[in-house]
Amino acid sequence: MLTAFLACLMLSFGLGATSAWAEGEALQGTLTNNGAPVAGVKIKASTQDGAPAGEDTSDEQGKWSIPVTGPGTYKVELDIASLPAGVGVTNNRPTLTPTVAEGQARNVLFPLGSAGGTTGDGQPGTKDSGGPSSFDRFADLLYSGIHFSLIIALAALGISLIFGTTGLTNFAHGEMVTLGGLLTFLFNVTIGMPLVLAGVISVVIGAALGYFQDRAFWGWLRKRRTNLVTTMIISIGLSLLVRYVYLYFFGGESRNYADYNAQAGVQYGPFLIAPKNLICDVIALVALAGVSFALVGTRLGKATRAVADNPALAAASGINVDRIIRLVWTIGGALAALSGVILGTFQGVGFGMGFQILLLIFAAVTLGGFGTAWGALLGSLVIGLFIQISTLWIPTELKSVGALAVLIVILLFRPQGILGRRARIG
Amino acid sequence: MNWSSIFSVSLEAIIGSTTIAYALAAIGLNVHFGYTGLLNFGQSAFLGVGAYGIAITVATFSQSLWLGVAIGLAAAVILALLLGIPTLRLRADYLAIVTIAAAEIIRLFYRATDLRKWTGASDGLQSFSQDFYDLNPFAGSKGIDLGLITFTDRELWILVVGWTLVLLSCLVVYLLMSSPWGRVLKAIREDEDAVRSLGKNVFSYKMQSLVLGGVIGALGGFVFALDRAAVQPDTYGTEFTFFAYTIVILGGAARVFGPVVGSMIFWVLLVFIDSTLSEASNNKVFPEWFMTTSQAGSVRYILVGLGLILLLIYRPQGIFGDKREVMLDGR
Amino acid sequence: MDADRAARSRAVEALAGLPCEPGVPKPDPILIADNVVRRFGGLTAVDVKHVEVQRGSITALIGPNGAGKTTFFNLLTGFDAPDEGSWTFNGRSLSGVAAHKVARAGMVRTFQLTKALSKLKVIDNMRLGATGQRGETFWRALLPGTWKQQEAEVTARAEDLLTRFKLIAKKDDFAGSLSGGQRKLLEMARALMVQPEMVMLDEPMAGVNPALTQSLLGHVKQLREDGMTVLFVEHDMDMVHDISDWIIVMGQGGVIAEGTPDKVMADPRVIDAYLGAHHDGAVKTVGGEEVDAGDLEESGGVTLIGAVDELSQDDVPSPPVSGDDDFRKEPA
Ligand SMILES: Nc1ncnc2c1ncn2[C@@H]1O[C@H](COP(=O)(O)OP(=O)(O)OP(=O)(O)O)[C@@H](O)[C@H]1O
Ligand SMILES: [Mg+2]
Repeated sequence: MLTAFLACLMLSFGLGATSAWAEGEALQGTLTNNGAPVAGVKIKASTQDGAPAGEDTSDEQGKWSIPVTGPGTYKVELDIASLPAGVGVTNNRPTLTPTVAEGQARNVLFPLGSAGGTTGDGQPGTKDSGGPSSFDRFADLLYSGIHFSLIIALAALGISLIFGTTGLTNFAHGEMVTLGGLLTFLFNVTIGMPLVLAGVISVVIGAALGYFQDRAFWGWLRKRRTNLVTTMIISIGLSLLVRYVYLYFFGGESRNYADYNAQAGVQYGPFLIAPKNLICDVIALVALAGVSFALVGTRLGKATRAVADNPALAAASGINVDRIIRLVWTIGGALAALSGVILGTFQGVGFGMGFQILLLIFAAVTLGGFGTAWGALLGSLVIGLFIQISTLWIPTELKSVGALAVLIVILLFRPQGILGRRARIG
Repeated sequence: MNWSSIFSVSLEAIIGSTTIAYALAAIGLNVHFGYTGLLNFGQSAFLGVGAYGIAITVATFSQSLWLGVAIGLAAAVILALLLGIPTLRLRADYLAIVTIAAAEIIRLFYRATDLRKWTGASDGLQSFSQDFYDLNPFAGSKGIDLGLITFTDRELWILVVGWTLVLLSCLVVYLLMSSPWGRVLKAIREDEDAVRSLGKNVFSYKMQSLVLGGVIGALGGFVFALDRAAVQPDTYGTEFTFFAYTIVILGGAARVFGPVVGSMIFWVLLVFIDSTLSEASNNKVFPEWFMTTSQAGSVRYILVGLGLILLLIYRPQGIFGDKREVMLDGR
Repeated sequence: MDADRAARSRAVEALAGLPCEPGVPKPDPILIADNVVRRFGGLTAVDVKHVEVQRGSITALIGPNGAGKTTFFNLLTGFDAPDEGSWTFNGRSLSGVAAHKVARAGMVRTFQLTKALSKLKVIDNMRLGATGQRGETFWRALLPGTWKQQEAEVTARAEDLLTRFKLIAKKDDFAGSLSGGQRKLLEMARALMVQPEMVMLDEPMAGVNPALTQSLLGHVKQLREDGMTVLFVEHDMDMVHDISDWIIVMGQGGVIAEGTPDKVMADPRVIDAYLGAHHDGAVKTVGGEEVDAGDLEESGGVTLIGAVDELSQDDVPSPPVSGDDDFRKEPA
């Protein structure tokens, strides 16, 4: 039923979305640096024999597109000299040789970033004047670390609550994040609503889907007394299923919302931040704080904690355990969708966006100690900051490696996570 | 629609090299998951180190194939040790997360542009399989031609080697699992504290299990790499492991031949559906809005996901398993 | 018949003249624990100053729910690590020694919640208990010739024990198909396969019907006659009185009294701390076998009860309770 629902939803917007893009064979892409578009960069394409096939300059939104005459392999070169000062291609590959299939508008990705830290010599900030200072770069990373932490934390809190009350490690949570992004894209780009409204509706749908998921599926599995390992592998199957349903309808490219794409940064103290990101941060913080305080301060929150502590005793003392679990799924769904909406404004929307951060979410939750709410938040902060700031020393493409390695090392010393309790024996 | 080609590729999948590679991956995983109850979600990494062990040794450092095999196996053992030391004391779900993370770390390293010199980054490595095919006793022969099913001399060679490895692995697993050693493993799957209380070193047994399953997985990596004569980092992603899980569960966890049978059924079905859909979309059987060629490619994953869910709900013991012996059903 | 009771009289004699106070030294202790402390957050679950267990005796460990008996077992057998403290078994220090090594040293325990290995056959459960099996090493496992004979010996011994415990008819059934009481029997029999010097039984009789209880009691007494030391936790006072040579009473983590059954049962402190409220025998076998009331409370009782209480008194601000932020669920 879930699939059918999604299918109807996306049938329409897969269509709407593709039509916005070039017809016929083309090479295209969007150049962004830390979420901000980079304009005025020259891109040249040539055939394999070296014959020029066209060139383009990225526009205000960082987009460029070079129509080509037919399918084949092309050489695409980004003119480094035309990049703004201090910006470089982070993987040091300004020339790529993508293959264009029949009728395909092939996306070509040049990852951009501050030029200093990625030369591999481990000497950030050794740049001549004109480029950002190493302090600016640090401030930049610090902020994006915090921003990213909040995105992770939204999803992590949901996973942690669900785990706490049901014992399920939900591998399909990443798809709930993706859903937030995809739905917002649907409402914003395909249907044409303002982004804010689209986001709000997506979060509401995310919550509803969380609720129905538990009602129709997970709750049913619990009633059948399906064991936890089985349920966990089922969630993996579900994740695979849903992710590729997304791919089926949305396609493999990463796309942007229609609004606020080319927002210029504003200087706040040492931080250069696009206001949209700041607003997202505030929303995320309010959501996180709201849920946390509800857990501590309200009747339902206390009931939730009671269920997490001991479902049997909670049931015996008159708490409706199923209702609490359903509530937790609803909140989890809403938080995950919100995380997806924000992630979409930050890095674009793609079918795998949630799955890509799933491991980091797990890392955050595990770091903090499974099932502890504060642990999830603390873990997210550690992971988010670590990921961004570590790029001062390690290549950007390996930044997740660092975070995951930290996870493994911490578990070596504290198998129950930073704030977790040891399980009881006997 | 070219039905005869659809049927012939599907039939070939019964014994094809992909089936072999996945069977080996699943036999290893069955040792971990089916017998020991270890939720290893990083099985793809073991195939990866096997494959890259050969590829890097031969293609990057121009050493012999045999050294590559030795390095691949050693790498699998080392990976098992590295993975096991921090994780084998953890709860089951932590183990799952850490192993999946470790597999991703390794894949990201293969991809890393800074290591392009050695790993070829996202393009991977090629031309390392010559030594292997030089040994081909069938070289120059016509291979096998059974009408619908044909295998070239080259394919024949990899099939013979591959199936030998599969049968050997099954024999080893059979011997081990009917011994007291296997009994300890199964007991650990049930309740490791009970096993500990009886004086068995649970950690050491889990480690042995991890190494054994990992090494068998690395054999699968050899077959995979030699068959394709290329390695690419993204082959060894999480989907690979999920496929292997589906195979283990399909064939019946904790059965010696379960993974082999599972892999055969899995690939025959998948190849059949895959090729039917791609034939159909190439021939414009479906209207464009319904399914394009690239969309047809994602259907297999959707089906595997769906299959995994249905299997676990309705037949957790797999096709041939015995419900009483499988850890997956009710608590 | 007389020879059958020899060990009993020896134990009774050895313990007869001892003063009945916590931590009293025994003439021939097999287990000596000093200053063993285990805290869970703010809760001190175990704080045992000094305790000794007499070799060849049956010693009962009693105390109200949550007194720390199971936790103390866990510590002694290496399943949990203490915050402080040390103990020796047979003169050898076992503090910080891993659980499997403790078992190999001759101290084997059973669990309050039985741990039958459900998807193994009953006979395989038993065989698993045997130590020093050649077929349990990787390389030899591959060569059946090297272990077949030993396996036959192990099987014979297992069948012997199963016959004694009246489980022989169930030999080829999966352990998961046994009843709760039969699982308790199986677990005990399996522990004996290790051939330990000392067995530690955590509530062996809980959930076992009265008829079976008698035969279980017989088995426990037989262990003493076979030269083993038995330390067991039990809530049924009649039974404790019936079979034990010595009783150690725990309350709130510490040892609050010790002595021969008659003296302990008469001790006002014990009646106060333990028997007081339930003197009419309500304490007998608390709860069922799988989930007993004690265990419900144990999984973080403080927080939970706090949270549940708060629900009923809406506007009273909640007092800060330990583990307030904790959503962790016990893995079952
Ligand atoms: N892993 C744990 N985490 C937190 N608290 C624990 C843990 N294990 C035990 N406790 C607490 O320690 C105290 C002692 O528990 P223990 O299980 O040792 O009691 P017991 O004497 O065996 O009780 P019973 O007779 O009910 O079995 C209890 O208050 C329990 O809540
Ligand atoms: Mg207890």
